[in-house]
Amino acid sequence: MASIDIRNVRKNFGIVSVLHGVDLAIENGEFVVLVGPSGCGKSTLLRMIAGLEEVTEGEIRIDGVRVNERAPKDRDIAMVFQSYALYPHMNVAENMSYGLRIRKAAREKITAAVSNAARKLELQPLLARRPKALSGGQRQRVAMGRAIVRQPKAFLFDEPLSNLDARLREQMRAEIKKLHRDLGATSIYVTHDQIEAMTLADRIVAMHEGVVQQVGSPLELYDRPANLFVAGFIGSPAMNFLSARYEFGGSTAGARLPDGTLIGLSSGYQLEQGAAVTLGIRPEHVEMSPASESSLRATVDLIEPTGFGIILHLGLHGLPFNVFTLDRAALTAGPTVTVAFPPQHLHLFDETGKRALESGLQKRKS
Amino acid sequence: MNRYSIFGTALHRLAILCYVVFALFPLFWLLKVSVTPNDLLYSEGVRMWPSQMSFEHFRFVLAHSAFPIFFRNSMIVAGATAVIVTLLASLSGYALSRFTFRGKYWLVALMLLTQMFPLVMLVAPIFKMLSPLGLTNSLTGLVVVYTAFNIPFATFLMQSFFDGIPKELEEAAKIDGATQFMAFRQIILPLTLPGIAATLGFVFTAAWSELLFALMLISGNSAATFPVGLLTFVSKFSVDFGQMMAAGVLALIPACLFFLFIQRYLVQGLTAGAVKG
Ligand SMILES: Nc1ncnc2c1ncn2[C@@H]1O[C@H](COP(=O)(O)OP(=O)(O)OP(=O)(O)O)[C@@H](O)[C@H]1O
Ligand SMILES: [Mg+2]
Repeated sequence: MASIDIRNVRKNFGIVSVLHGVDLAIENGEFVVLVGPSGCGKSTLLRMIAGLEEVTEGEIRIDGVRVNERAPKDRDIAMVFQSYALYPHMNVAENMSYGLRIRKAAREKITAAVSNAARKLELQPLLARRPKALSGGQRQRVAMGRAIVRQPKAFLFDEPLSNLDARLREQMRAEIKKLHRDLGATSIYVTHDQIEAMTLADRIVAMHEGVVQQVGSPLELYDRPANLFVAGFIGSPAMNFLSARYEFGGSTAGARLPDGTLIGLSSGYQLEQGAAVTLGIRPEHVEMSPASESSLRATVDLIEPTGFGIILHLGLHGLPFNVFTLDRAALTAGPTVTVAFPPQHLHLFDETGKRALESGLQKRKS
Repeated sequence: MNRYSIFGTALHRLAILCYVVFALFPLFWLLKVSVTPNDLLYSEGVRMWPSQMSFEHFRFVLAHSAFPIFFRNSMIVAGATAVIVTLLASLSGYALSRFTFRGKYWLVALMLLTQMFPLVMLVAPIFKMLSPLGLTNSLTGLVVVYTAFNIPFATFLMQSFFDGIPKELEEAAKIDGATQFMAFRQIILPLTLPGIAATLGFVFTAAWSELLFALMLISGNSAATFPVGLLTFVSKFSVDFGQMMAAGVLALIPACLFFLFIQRYLVQGLTAGAVKG
């Protein structure tokens, strides 16, 4: 168990700069999930923590000790690869015990650790098999088992579930969560999967093009995304964005859409009158309502029932706009519908894409 | 299976059969002549098998010629070359496959360059180099020369086998606590056995059948290898085909045994199950 400190870490591959100064403090026992689009540097960061990539600049500390120059073997961390990377010429038990064997642990200790891990992961009947005689899910378990037998200071996971089918992924996700609860080990987990990120994380780190965009609890990122990138990245189907101009007067504030509709906001913002803004609203927060002065008319392009709910693909002034609803009546929605935006669910982003700072409406009046 | 595909398969098999017969017929002829008694060799005309078989040529070759010495020399030279080359090539192939280092590009270019010259061009300079070192007319000299000429190709061969092994396996081993060398020895090397077997086999046969350098660097029987030895059956006035063929058959035996021994490692698929599901 350990804390991990990442201080202003940069990474260049030759002349290509991949990480531009990442700062992150991970506490002992914390489960941190790294999310971000493909190529944003998640794996690179993870591999630097593991010692598989050199740190170009900055510092990585494990338990307060600088480890930049330490070989992977001296960092006492475990890593689960997306491809599992099981040793093909060793059976399951040998795969799991390899780390202990080369550390010259006592034989009884090795046997105990392996059988303990095998019991946790239900691998007992498979101990004598070679990896090629295992299913994908079983291989995944062995990879997890290999990580836990050593009781390392921290676990690193690089998209460990992405090669599994949806059902198995759900099951393993729950198991990883249980394992973390039981072992309480510091974990860093890279994923593309929204749900994995939301369900597993104590804190999510959203990255984009080598820069950390926001760090916070899953609900913080969902409720108060710090910028347009995080707003668009977290949540599925993704948040809708509309460009508008900020207006305030008296005790009200609103966003004026290009067609002249004024959308009411629940609070004021530290913005100039008429400032260009982007209005964001999640598909699940849009209301289908009877026409009113702040409602908008949209054409229905496509209806996607998911079983649990319905996703409506709409066209709003020719721009795509999604609505998610649990109301089955939406299945028979006509060629046009009217939608309304509840003010408490609106997100406002300024010209630079940052979340606009709120301010009291009264202050604005002066 | 429809009629067309049966026909296609039959044609395919037939074509393969033709090639195999074409390739193996000289070997068959070798065997046939080696068991034909001298007096029947020219008198029976062209026959697929002599009316009378005899092992007199084998007996003569083994008991009364210098062939056992040639055979021993060849074993030493080919065996030593194969082992040394494979050992060096697996190290250098691994380095080329896994590390980036200064001058790598030029090193590879240089190794390719060595493969571009006809060996005949190099005989004289090699002789000039080896004779002051006392390495002409010696088995060691042959091993040195063969090793030098086989290493570039063997290195490329080994490199391609290492390239086929996922990098993550080593990384996993390093994280598990292994040093670079331990990861190489305990994880990568066992998975490269097919490649090592192929390289051993390739170098062994190349060294076993090499004639040019053996002929130029060796004089006299004591250090002659068997391809040179075969020529002793050619005398000024006649060629003793029966004995020559018998020696040839005997020379085939180690090569066959060697491949029989390594063929189980040649079977690919050892890395199956390493990555992905
Ligand atoms: N060895 C390397 N040499 C050069 N560039 C590299 C190397 N490894 C990674 N990169 C580059 O670094 C960037 C980040 O790669 P990284 O693998 O960290 O992305 P990622 O966030 O893990 O993406 P994914 O979600 O697709 O796995 C990419 O643009 C990639 O092309
Ligand atoms: Mg990645």
